[in-house]
Amino acid sequence: MTTAVETGNKADLPPPASTVGVVGWMRENLFSSWRSTVLTLLAVYLLYVAIPPLLQWTVFDAIWTGNEAKDCKLPDGSAKDGACWIFIKAWIGGFMYGLYPYDLRWRVDVAAVLVLLMFAPLAVKRLPFKNIYGVAVILLYPVVAYFMFRGFIDFPLSDPQSTTHPWRVVETSKWGGLALTLLIASVGIIASLPLGILLALGRRSHMPIVSTFSVLFIELWRGVPLITVLFMSSVMLPLFLPEGVNFDKLLRALIGVTLFSSAYMAEVVRGGLQAIPKGQYEAAMALGLNFVRMMALIVMPQALRYVIPSIVNTFIGLFKDTTLVAIIGMFDLLGAIQLGNADPKWLGFGMEGYVFAAALYFVFCFSMSRYSQHLERKLHTGHKKR
Amino acid sequence: MTASAQAPIQKVKSTKSDEVAIQMIGMHKWYGEFHVLKDINLTVYRGERIVICGPSGSGKSTMIRCINRLEEHQKGSIVVEGVELSNNVKNIDAIRREVGMVFQHFNLFPHLTVLENCTLAPIWVKKMPKKDAEEVAMKYLTRVRIPEQAAKYPGQLSGGQQQRVAIARSLCMNPKIMLFDEPTSALDPEMIKEVLDTMVLLAEEGMTMLVVTHEMGFARTVANRIIFMDRGEIVEQNEPSEFFKNPKSERTRLFLSQILHH
Repeated sequence: MTTAVETGNKADLPPPASTVGVVGWMRENLFSSWRSTVLTLLAVYLLYVAIPPLLQWTVFDAIWTGNEAKDCKLPDGSAKDGACWIFIKAWIGGFMYGLYPYDLRWRVDVAAVLVLLMFAPLAVKRLPFKNIYGVAVILLYPVVAYFMFRGFIDFPLSDPQSTTHPWRVVETSKWGGLALTLLIASVGIIASLPLGILLALGRRSHMPIVSTFSVLFIELWRGVPLITVLFMSSVMLPLFLPEGVNFDKLLRALIGVTLFSSAYMAEVVRGGLQAIPKGQYEAAMALGLNFVRMMALIVMPQALRYVIPSIVNTFIGLFKDTTLVAIIGMFDLLGAIQLGNADPKWLGFGMEGYVFAAALYFVFCFSMSRYSQHLERKLHTGHKKR
Repeated sequence: MTASAQAPIQKVKSTKSDEVAIQMIGMHKWYGEFHVLKDINLTVYRGERIVICGPSGSGKSTMIRCINRLEEHQKGSIVVEGVELSNNVKNIDAIRREVGMVFQHFNLFPHLTVLENCTLAPIWVKKMPKKDAEEVAMKYLTRVRIPEQAAKYPGQLSGGQQQRVAIARSLCMNPKIMLFDEPTSALDPEMIKEVLDTMVLLAEEGMTMLVVTHEMGFARTVANRIIFMDRGEIVEQNEPSEFFKNPKSERTRLFLSQILHH
């Protein structure tokens, strides 16, 4: 015998109060069992022990006003308890621009403003010719930035304008600070992605020469530490170059960083390529798309989307690895901070410098991470069945 | 089965004109040591609707995939719409432009909307202006009865809808020949009919079709000719009524008894 129950007669009831709201959340996430309860209480205790002293040092006891080192010191010459943020204030120019001539720092600022202005239109959703504009900006901006940084009038040393003219050349060895860090990181990031894509395709190629070359290239660059690459480029390479042939140390470092990270990028992209089902290639071929279009329109957009987290992971690694150029005598952000720490006027405030560096690096890395999550959400197109 | 419920299709005797769409002569294929296709000889005339059946692993899919070079044959010749399939990339491109293909697993591009799936090839391969391509796409999406899904992504559609989009996507290239590689095998039973209906519609319009399928109802009502393959060979080919009534070979009889009585 079957009984039929007419559905739709029972009203929807609200869930029990203990499962919703703050209480429900706490029950579920903090006190769901006695183990979680113990861990929750332990975590609260640890936060209680760690946070107040940290806040005390960085905020409440910190010295915010003043201009000189003595403002951070007790009358007997020993440092006060809190963080001496005046040191950062006094050295901020150095941290941002390194050894870049004081009167020309506006050129770096202009380059920074320009990057925002030129890339801002890309945020507009329905911009006509957006792709063309994007490519143009990516190709054009580096040239603009290069001349803003370097200047374009090379005066002989005897000319008095060589120290005063607003567009005089500034050698790359004088570039530094956060500006240099961002420069190296963005060149590395922007150049290593296409290189990595080419290498990944090369490694999967059926042409033996291409794939052997790609495998060798990738394994070679992944097999050495970046620091070795930088040393080789700055110290060893000039020894092998013929007399008179000498190219810029920064350029050599840039090439080293780019090739190094492109090898990592290649493996990341290859991982993405492996996630693309064979059917996608077949459908593209059956529609008559040639290899380049199949890769550019069908395979790569999907493969890269799969590996956004890993790509950004590599970018973040690259960003932090740029600090290694300090070892070959360039004053990137960390190098500039070490320069500041060695300033005889400000001895003893190394901690503040490093905390500042950590905070800045964190801001940039965290932004990249958030951006990657935003991209993932934006590119998510429903349930990925195949 | 499902197709028997469909509107009866006019069984025009295939116009056995001289218009040959596909001709395979002495075609062989090996996967390494394994001989998948053995001496395939097959002539398909324009407007013919051919159903290819046979046990799994018999080489049916491989055979139709040779027609647009998703698989390479090693011996013999294949001529499609007067163009010989060779290693010449130009020939392959020319043939692929004339031949549409529908896959078992749809193979829609998940990162593109339904409309973009349909306009991609016309825009990039045929160099059609985007506006025109969209118009064509909407025409075919309407014909497969899902114009309202144009802005969605494939992942948001049911299997049957996805397969119909895949059919529309192929039709947008205005092909002369359509290949169907088990188009309903990955579908839930209630969705098979909507896809088969779409294929019947195509057949009524005179499209040259090669269909690998186990839908014997469809074969009976729509096909001009049924080809039975086993172990890489074409064992038997005949008109549907003869094929089902009087299968000539023992292997065909065995296959039919297995497939029709389950």
